[in-house]
Amino acid sequence: MTSATTVTRPPATGAATAKARHRLTPGRVVLYVFVTLTALAWLFPVVWALLNSFRDYAYTSVHGYVSLGGFTFQNYINAWEQGDFTRHFLNSLIITVPAVLLTLFLASCVAFVVARFSFRFNLTLLGLFTAANLLPQQALLIPLFRAYRSIPLPVWMSDSGQLLDSYWGLILVNTAFQTGFCTFVLSNYMKALPHEMYEAARVDGAGVPVQFFRITLPLCRPALAALATLQVTWIYNEFFWATVLMQSGDKFPITSSLNNLRGQFFTDYNLLSAGSILVAIPVLIVFFLLQKQFVAGLTLGATKG
Amino acid sequence: MSDLPTVPANPAEAAPRRSGGRVRVSGTDRIFLFLMVAIPTILVVCWVWLPAIASVVLSFARWSGVGGLDTIEWIGTENYKNVFTNYPPFAPALRHNLIWLVFLFVLPTLFGIFLAVLLDRELRGTRFYQTALFLPVVLSLALIGFIWQLIYSRDQGVLNAVLGTQIDWYGDSRWNLWAVLVAAGWRHAGYIMLLYLAGLKGVDPSLREAAAVDGASQVRTFFSVVFPVMRPINIIILVVTVIESLRAFDIVWVINKGTNGLELISTLVTANVVGEASRIGFGSALATIMLVISLVFITIFLSTVMRGEQR
Repeated sequence: MTSATTVTRPPATGAATAKARHRLTPGRVVLYVFVTLTALAWLFPVVWALLNSFRDYAYTSVHGYVSLGGFTFQNYINAWEQGDFTRHFLNSLIITVPAVLLTLFLASCVAFVVARFSFRFNLTLLGLFTAANLLPQQALLIPLFRAYRSIPLPVWMSDSGQLLDSYWGLILVNTAFQTGFCTFVLSNYMKALPHEMYEAARVDGAGVPVQFFRITLPLCRPALAALATLQVTWIYNEFFWATVLMQSGDKFPITSSLNNLRGQFFTDYNLLSAGSILVAIPVLIVFFLLQKQFVAGLTLGATKG
Repeated sequence: MSDLPTVPANPAEAAPRRSGGRVRVSGTDRIFLFLMVAIPTILVVCWVWLPAIASVVLSFARWSGVGGLDTIEWIGTENYKNVFTNYPPFAPALRHNLIWLVFLFVLPTLFGIFLAVLLDRELRGTRFYQTALFLPVVLSLALIGFIWQLIYSRDQGVLNAVLGTQIDWYGDSRWNLWAVLVAAGWRHAGYIMLLYLAGLKGVDPSLREAAAVDGASQVRTFFSVVFPVMRPINIIILVVTVIESLRAFDIVWVINKGTNGLELISTLVTANVVGEASRIGFGSALATIMLVISLVFITIFLSTVMRGEQR
């Protein structure tokens, strides 16, 4: 697994580059100035939102944003209440957790078969799953929307009585879309697992379920952790399906509820900042605590081990 | 969701083929294996591939979507004729998607690659630089639209304060596409930087050393040694950029639902279905156009990726 955030070089080049690093040539100074400015510019929008989220609107509208003072926590309280954040965060949780678990489980199943058994259709299967992940969602919207409207669900599953406007519908569509990517990454990972373990297990008479649950899944833990981090972020960030497949405003997960908050927030920019930061908190946690996992998941397939 | 996966080739990890090509499996195991493939396949086929095919079929029909399937009226290619000749938003939408692609490619993609190459050079504090550039990647494009509103607002935005202008960057159709592209590019550059950096770390250091011994400059080394070795990643980044520009939706929808200078094919499809006048056949024709464009690039992508598998 490659993690782009750790920079370790093979020792062979270490001595030479260490010397080069200490010599501050004009070229290197320019380089440092350039990347530092770029990094600061990149941080600016988020830092700006964070800063303004703690400022009183009445103060900044009088003194302007280039001023000091008027610090308050009230924006967060107002944003939370006006945006009905408790409900929307809960909706995000209800959709994200089952979707991620289901995606990882189904992807592991397919990947296991593709990696361990040379069926004739392995490549076709992999193509079918991976391509599905890349199609533009809007290309599938019309039939899916129409089908969702005519598939009935019992009221205990969905109070709308149909797949449209139900959590189930969103969980399933997210799962269907994300399974392809996970299948590909996991199948590559599983192919690299030591072959001997399976031979030994087979000699011991272990069937497919044992090989899958007892051997493969535990060995895939690093890959599964990385993918879980990535998928939580992506499904939490998912906007399109929730926007079109949910009809009642109180069922929107937090990301697509942004669309409704726009009207309420766009007049008070400090409230807007606070709301944005609140929505960003879960992914910022990922960013600060699970960065390695996230990057690993993103680049797992992209580079060799 | 606008994130795109990256699932590139890795010849070294090609499947360990069993000597006989077959493994003996017992009856129960066979059922297990079948279910393990069948259930996910049914889900993906029913939720992705059948709707995709249905979009193509419905693009030849006129249907309000209200009645049953027997109320569908087949009208041949009329929807396509209407899209191209009789639908004013289509030309701008197509143009905006193209601008989106060219912009993402020329600025954020190349900039992301450039940054990756710089950060690959043993800088001190490289962790800080990478982290800063990576920050937007975890944010959704819908949220990015929100956050940049603070910069683009007419009365209170930073940009107007700095430039001394009075432009409504999201509202003015002369500027809003570019404003949105800068915000979207902010995220895209970080994404590309991450992918490319990971690729660069995988390049065999001895290649570069050999080039250095031969007296090649660093720029020369990159273009004639590193860049060609990175071919799989280069193709992936190209395809990611194309698909990303085709799928662009969230940020535009959150700003004004893709109107007034921000039309995109994706928003037209959505507006034709979810809006008050549901024009299923017409929307499907638009969707099919998207599908065809994306399938071309998906095929390129898969053939690159799968080539490694097949060996």
